[in-house]
Amino acid sequence: MKMTASGRVKLVALAVLLFSLTGAMATLITMDRGRRKAVAQEELYITSPKVLRRLSLGYTGLLADIYWTRAVQYFGDQHNAGSSDFRLLAPLLEVTTQLDPKLLPAYELGANFLAPKPPSGAGQPGAALSLMKYGIEHNPDQWRLYYNMGFLYFTEFIDYAKAAEAFKLGAAVPVTNEFMPILAARMAQHAGEFDTARMLWVTTYQSTKEPSIRQNAVEHLLALQVDEEVTQLERVVERYRQQTGELPASMRDLERAGFIHGTPADPKGNPYQLMTDGRIEVQDPKILYFITKGLTPGASPPQPPHQKSSK
Amino acid sequence: MNSRIGYIAFNTFREAVRDRVLYNLIAFALLLSGAAILVGEISIDIERLVVVNLGLTAVSLFGVVIAIFIGIGLVSKEIEKRTLYTVLSRPVRRWEFVVGKFFGLTGTLVVNTLCMAVGVLLALLYVAHKFEKMDVWVLVALYFIVLQFLIVCALALFFSSFSTPLMSAVFTFALFVIGSLAEDLRGFARMTHGLGGWLATGIAYLVPNFSALNVITQVAHGDAVAGRLILYNSIYALLYSAMAISGAVLIFQRRNLK
Repeated sequence: MKMTASGRVKLVALAVLLFSLTGAMATLITMDRGRRKAVAQEELYITSPKVLRRLSLGYTGLLADIYWTRAVQYFGDQHNAGSSDFRLLAPLLEVTTQLDPKLLPAYELGANFLAPKPPSGAGQPGAALSLMKYGIEHNPDQWRLYYNMGFLYFTEFIDYAKAAEAFKLGAAVPVTNEFMPILAARMAQHAGEFDTARMLWVTTYQSTKEPSIRQNAVEHLLALQVDEEVTQLERVVERYRQQTGELPASMRDLERAGFIHGTPADPKGNPYQLMTDGRIEVQDPKILYFITKGLTPGASPPQPPHQKSSK
Repeated sequence: MNSRIGYIAFNTFREAVRDRVLYNLIAFALLLSGAAILVGEISIDIERLVVVNLGLTAVSLFGVVIAIFIGIGLVSKEIEKRTLYTVLSRPVRRWEFVVGKFFGLTGTLVVNTLCMAVGVLLALLYVAHKFEKMDVWVLVALYFIVLQFLIVCALALFFSSFSTPLMSAVFTFALFVIGSLAEDLRGFARMTHGLGGWLATGIAYLVPNFSALNVITQVAHGDAVAGRLILYNSIYALLYSAMAISGAVLIFQRRNLK
């Protein structure tokens, strides 16, 4: 069958189209492979929120959402890559919050990206505190911002007085959380660290719908349980030693002596291990994130593989 | 409304629909549904904010682009195709032609905005699973966007009454940009003294104030819009567009169409 001139043109055009499309995509893929490292070192070309505000022509809300998403992606990329370089995080959050000072997630989560030490966070508690102060200045009625500031003072600065003050201010806003006055009082008395920390994480769990933050709060609550149980068990071992003059050889010795009932197990169901020097260790530390007790000497607290947020 | 204005307005609307202007709704729907689904994956805690911010920004920008690109051709196209002579040979006055064109274009944009508003509300329902009391302010923001279109349409028509389509587009877009920065311009005027200060103040009050009509970020957070602002913005948009349309009528009346 003979092809018409118009048919030939169509066929050639289709072939050129497909070839060019495939070629263009292949070129991009090749470029991306070479650029992968460069992408990790993202740059912030416009750092002035004022300039960005003008460039947005008044559509600041959308631009703030874009910058917030950029901050989340940047943090996630650096965190996943195991990098401790988070130098763009604070400027990205500053631009975001100045474009939209009411964007609460940027303060709450942003501070929790900034404050913890790497690899969990950027290790910039000062920047986190500045961000939170700016947030409170522009949203004085939001109890969660005072809560987060108190949380920062308690966990990163170990400053009970300032933490108490932040919780007290948060307790005074018109719509607040029932735990705020209790937290303020506990901070003021430095009372029961485990209980206080537990209350903080329960408040975090209750005050958000974000699944990754809730999961993180659950992991911290489990870690607190382990820390508390290991501390108590080690006290029991010490009491046994004081009574008998020697360390127990196994948990059964403690049970026989009436110090414990049954074999104590961690929240994942694995029995606690009694070591020869009287310490208590967890059986599988890899599945109990953030624990600070029950680890082999010198081991660092295990971290979850990847979280959207690190609070 | 004068029936002749009504006919011209209806024909302008029909022509816009025939020009497939409403096809932008497909792009809008794709943009919004894509954003509503994607944002939950790539960001944290801002699903509702993104739907409102992106939805209303898209409604506003799509509408401004349509207003400019159709508005600038409303008069020149009729002259180029020589259909204007047919229209004006009938008992239609020049001012009726201009006003009819204005109503036709704003009508097109109102229909377009209504369709997009339905899209925004559906996307909101998708991410929030229910409507809340504060969503009513989204409707106020949409009303302000329509007011913005009134001004842009009037300006595009004003410039197209004496300038080429390309220059009309440039002038209208420039005024849209300047008007969006009206608050900054006023701030600048306050800081400048002497003749420069007077000049800056004059320009700041002469250019359309689009920044007062932009409450998108505010309503995205569920913040209320003051009743007084709704009233003042309505009066301002009506007066400003009436001014621009009157200018267009004045120029078109004097224009030599031979």
